[in-house]
Amino acid sequence: MQLTNRSKQVSNKEMTLMERAYLPAIATGLAITLKHFFAKKVTIQYPEVKRYLGPVFRGRHILKRDEDGRERCTACGLCAVACPAEAIQIVAAEREKGEEKLYREEKYAAVYEVNMLRCIFCGLCEEACPKQAVYLRHDEFIPVFADRDQVIWGKDLLVEDMNNRYTRETWTKEEAYELNAKRANGEVTNVVPRAIP
Amino acid sequence: MELAEFVIKTITILVVFVLTLVIAMYSTWGERKVAGFIQDRMGPNRAGPGGLLQPLADAGKMFFKEDFIPALANKWLFIAGPSLAMLTALLASAVIPFGSTFRWEGKEVVLQGVESNIGILYVFGVVALGVYGIMIGGWASNNKFSLLGAIRAASQNISYEVAMGLSLIAILMMSSSLSLGEIVSQQHGGNWNIFYQPLGFIIFLTCSFAECNRVPFDLPECETELVGGYHTEYGSMKLGFYLFAEYINMFVSSAIISVLYFGGYNYPGMDWVYDQLTGALGTQTGHNIATLIGTAVFFGKALFFIFFYMWVRWTLPRFRYDQLMNLGWKKLIPLAIFNIIITGAAVLFLKPLITAWLN
Ligand code: SF4
Ligand code: SF4
Repeated sequence: MQLTNRSKQVSNKEMTLMERAYLPAIATGLAITLKHFFAKKVTIQYPEVKRYLGPVFRGRHILKRDEDGRERCTACGLCAVACPAEAIQIVAAEREKGEEKLYREEKYAAVYEVNMLRCIFCGLCEEACPKQAVYLRHDEFIPVFADRDQVIWGKDLLVEDMNNRYTRETWTKEEAYELNAKRANGEVTNVVPRAIP
Repeated sequence: MELAEFVIKTITILVVFVLTLVIAMYSTWGERKVAGFIQDRMGPNRAGPGGLLQPLADAGKMFFKEDFIPALANKWLFIAGPSLAMLTALLASAVIPFGSTFRWEGKEVVLQGVESNIGILYVFGVVALGVYGIMIGGWASNNKFSLLGAIRAASQNISYEVAMGLSLIAILMMSSSLSLGEIVSQQHGGNWNIFYQPLGFIIFLTCSFAECNRVPFDLPECETELVGGYHTEYGSMKLGFYLFAEYINMFVSSAIISVLYFGGYNYPGMDWVYDQLTGALGTQTGHNIATLIGTAVFFGKALFFIFFYMWVRWTLPRFRYDQLMNLGWKKLIPLAIFNIIITGAAVLFLKPLITAWLN
């Protein structure tokens, strides 16, 4: 079976004088490295330039609201059960009268915490949710922690901001590059990544 | 010595010293940049524009590390090792002619730390001492890897010094002078030694790679076999000194190569430039500016060879120890002797013929 057509028979033949002189071989090697010296560099200057990670990239979590701005999560706990890393902690509460504007269902999550050190960004919570409440953003990472206090993300960080809604606006690489270019020119400013407050 | 002369000399020595240190410092940056570029990366580019502050950051880090001396090491020798390595590395730069002369009120001052008529011998002596720094450091560490590295360094340097000296003899036969300044001024007018001594140059270059412990001859610090070689036990600024000494040695040997084979501060068309400058600016200023241009050319050549060292480092794999010794003793030394014989014959028979024919 031949796996590649680059394979070569091992040979034990005597080296020719040219090969034994070693210097021509060194010159060839130096030419190759010099070619790479002037070649285009593959480095992406990370914090300034971000590579597009694809529409299905699993970044930081977000708790969606519906069109009227009500939180979708009903604190059923399925995400916490599905989570293989046991990163999600939920405390449920009953919706009071007058809170219909805030919560979509009669039961809601008073506390919803994700431990970002435990989370493995598998996306199983997203799969498990019957209410389409929890998602992993495709366009934002968890920022670097400087302190242990910043590891557990509560609802203040997770719940979606109505003025800055999360949509998955592109589905192909090409669209994403186009959008990135538009953002760089200041034409589109719909999604602004949030920093830790 | 007159005051003006004294002042110029002092400034020259200081400038030479500082330049050597700065170039060695920025060689570390250059090395990482070259490594990066050859491997299709960018190299350091965060500290300052283009990563130019990286050497300062590295030095700062080195100073703040714990200055550790192993319990069973010989304390004095452990400290003496890197100091000696640094000292000998710096000493060698004293006799390198960086440029022709500086003119000040009728005085001519040579742009050279010390004008010695045995300059090349001095360089050889000092470079040979350099191995003591490594040897003492490796032995004082009381670690078998360090000792093995040091022994390798010593045997390698001694073996390659033979071939190096022999390849140099051919140059000395042609120039009939041991003074580096004299050797440079004889190469005036495109008369570079590389055209007469290509074989000698290759031998000399190979040996200087070995003398500087650079890849492909970096067996004394071969990580795959000896952990870190002679500086396994070193840390903090003592390690910094060893690494720094290596870069200074690299600069010095690049400078020596450009002096011996590439005409030092000579460049094609320098007489024309000199005439233009002295014609336009007067004999003093014009002369000084012409000298500075020559010095810049000299540094350009030396920097190219530093680049060449790095280029080779990121291209070639390391030799095996027996291959190293075979190459040194069985190939380079016979070749060097052959080169001497050829040169001798050429100087004796060919040169009178050519001079007669030219006249
Ligand atoms: S992404 Fe996976 S690990 Fe992270 S919270 Fe969701 S289910 Fe748990
Ligand atoms: S996020 Fe979804 S799965 Fe998790 S508790 Fe809320 S509704 Fe249930």
